[in-house]
Amino acid sequence: MGTHESELLDVETLREDFPILQREFNGEQVVYLDNAATTQTPDPVVDTIADYYRNTNANVHRGIHQLSQEASIAYEEAHDRLAEFVGASGGREEIVFTKNTTESENLVAYAWGLAELGPGDEVVLTEMEHHASLVTWQQIAKKAGADVRYIPVTEDGRLDMHEARDVIGPDTAMVSVVHVSNTLGTVNPVAELADLAHDEDALIFVDGAQAVPNRPVDVEAIDADFYAFSGHKMAGPTGIGVLYGKQHLLEEMDPFLYGGEMIRKVTQEDAQWNDLPWKFEAGTPVIAQGIALAAAADYLDDIGLENVQRHEEALANYAMERFAEFDDIETYGPPAGEERGGLVAFNVESVHAHDLSSILNDHAVAIRAGDHCTQPLHDVLGITASARASFYVYNTRAEIDKLVAAIDDARQLFA
Amino acid sequence: MGMGSDMYRQQILDHYKNPRNYGELEDATFSHVGENPMCGDEIEMHVKLDDDEEEIEFVSFTGDGCAISQASASMLSEKLQGTTLDELEAMDRDDVIDMLGVDISPMRVKCAVLAEKVAQDGADIYKGELDVEKTKTEE
Ligand SMILES: Cc1ncc(COP(=O)(O)O)c(C=O)c1O
Repeated sequence: MGTHESELLDVETLREDFPILQREFNGEQVVYLDNAATTQTPDPVVDTIADYYRNTNANVHRGIHQLSQEASIAYEEAHDRLAEFVGASGGREEIVFTKNTTESENLVAYAWGLAELGPGDEVVLTEMEHHASLVTWQQIAKKAGADVRYIPVTEDGRLDMHEARDVIGPDTAMVSVVHVSNTLGTVNPVAELADLAHDEDALIFVDGAQAVPNRPVDVEAIDADFYAFSGHKMAGPTGIGVLYGKQHLLEEMDPFLYGGEMIRKVTQEDAQWNDLPWKFEAGTPVIAQGIALAAAADYLDDIGLENVQRHEEALANYAMERFAEFDDIETYGPPAGEERGGLVAFNVESVHAHDLSSILNDHAVAIRAGDHCTQPLHDVLGITASARASFYVYNTRAEIDKLVAAIDDARQLFA
Repeated sequence: MGMGSDMYRQQILDHYKNPRNYGELEDATFSHVGENPMCGDEIEMHVKLDDDEEEIEFVSFTGDGCAISQASASMLSEKLQGTTLDELEAMDRDDVIDMLGVDISPMRVKCAVLAEKVAQDGADIYKGELDVEKTKTEE
């Protein structure tokens, strides 16, 4: 492993927590560069899940018995842990566990959007939104008779903040914006956008799926009204996402899903809602996942989110530098040397992204190829697909060199 | 070496780099377009039938996309020449994979069968048995 990594992270030691990275395909060790899709899960998190099922498993909030008490307490405390992780001073009442970022978006779009939006209202999105946010608000706006407007993306892959001041106006009711773009790597000025939204008495929803895993996030410093992220992109398990919401907003909102757990009192005619956040967690919730996600937060805090951020940015910039050696590689997003999340989307001139991905797979190099759930952004970029390499705490420069070498093989094949 | 290189044998690369029967067909009996929404591959097949409207006289294609979908369209355009509409309708994914002569990894089968599905849907539309504007390979 290169010496560079060791300045920030002890990558070699970290990698011991991820046995999956030792897997070999065709005699070559896997080079896992698809972390924006999902990150690998370290042993301490896997152990937490196993330990929960081996020793504590029970339904929560229902049993008077010891196991249920233990499971309930651990599950509730996981909410507090995640609140602390993203700077939500309201604690568990501001943290709803969902299935993923997508469900967090839908929760707010249905529970708040359908109730509050109407004709004449505008929902402001950006051209770089993930489908999770774009499709959800587009469809809810349609149902509500509201309009959707887009903040455009500039040539160098940033939000056009000049236009943003125009697009966000008196009719804006909701601004939904991605914190770090999963395609461009752009880190958006979400605090500034929150100010613009609040100046117009609008709310702001921030999609932090690509931000919380790799940088310190403080929802209160951003002044986000809602903030969403997924466990499986931050060394946690699949099946869990988080919705942060300001307490007074969550209190005013009606539930999204109905059923058990989310009620306090039920008669044949009506029901009263449970306290926050349980009002938004209908049915048996994501107990093991929630407890494991708290373990993932511990794991990342032990490494230090500042270190993760610097490590990822260094890797992304190294990839940008390596790609710049080749005239036939086009990259998207901010230029090399500027702030970006730990990912680079690119195209090799003579090789379709899907072919490239298949050939890289021969070298056990795992990347993503396609539209990365940002079709409207690909339309703006004038391309149908791209390849994307995305990094995490365990990746190294040597792995990026392997990627570049494998790309060269594809290039030779198609020459 | 795994699926990938097996997939990119000489024949596939040759058809990709030098596509056969590429271009519009002025006197086509029918044309039909389809896409693989996952990757943006798009292929239009143009088919000319003989006077009895049974035998396929000539096939061409237009569009762009990955090597697998494009080579598949190119090879299919050659294979279909002189066959009948019934034979086209009878083709399935195994026939396409046989035609390509390589192992297609599971995630790429949609790319491989795009041209065949487009030609089949085109024939069905021509016979009035189907009504779609664009074929989409999603199963
Ligand atoms: C920016 C962004 N938003 C939302 C999502 C959706 O996340 P999930 O699939 O976990 O709901 C993703 C990842 O796929 C993403 O990168």
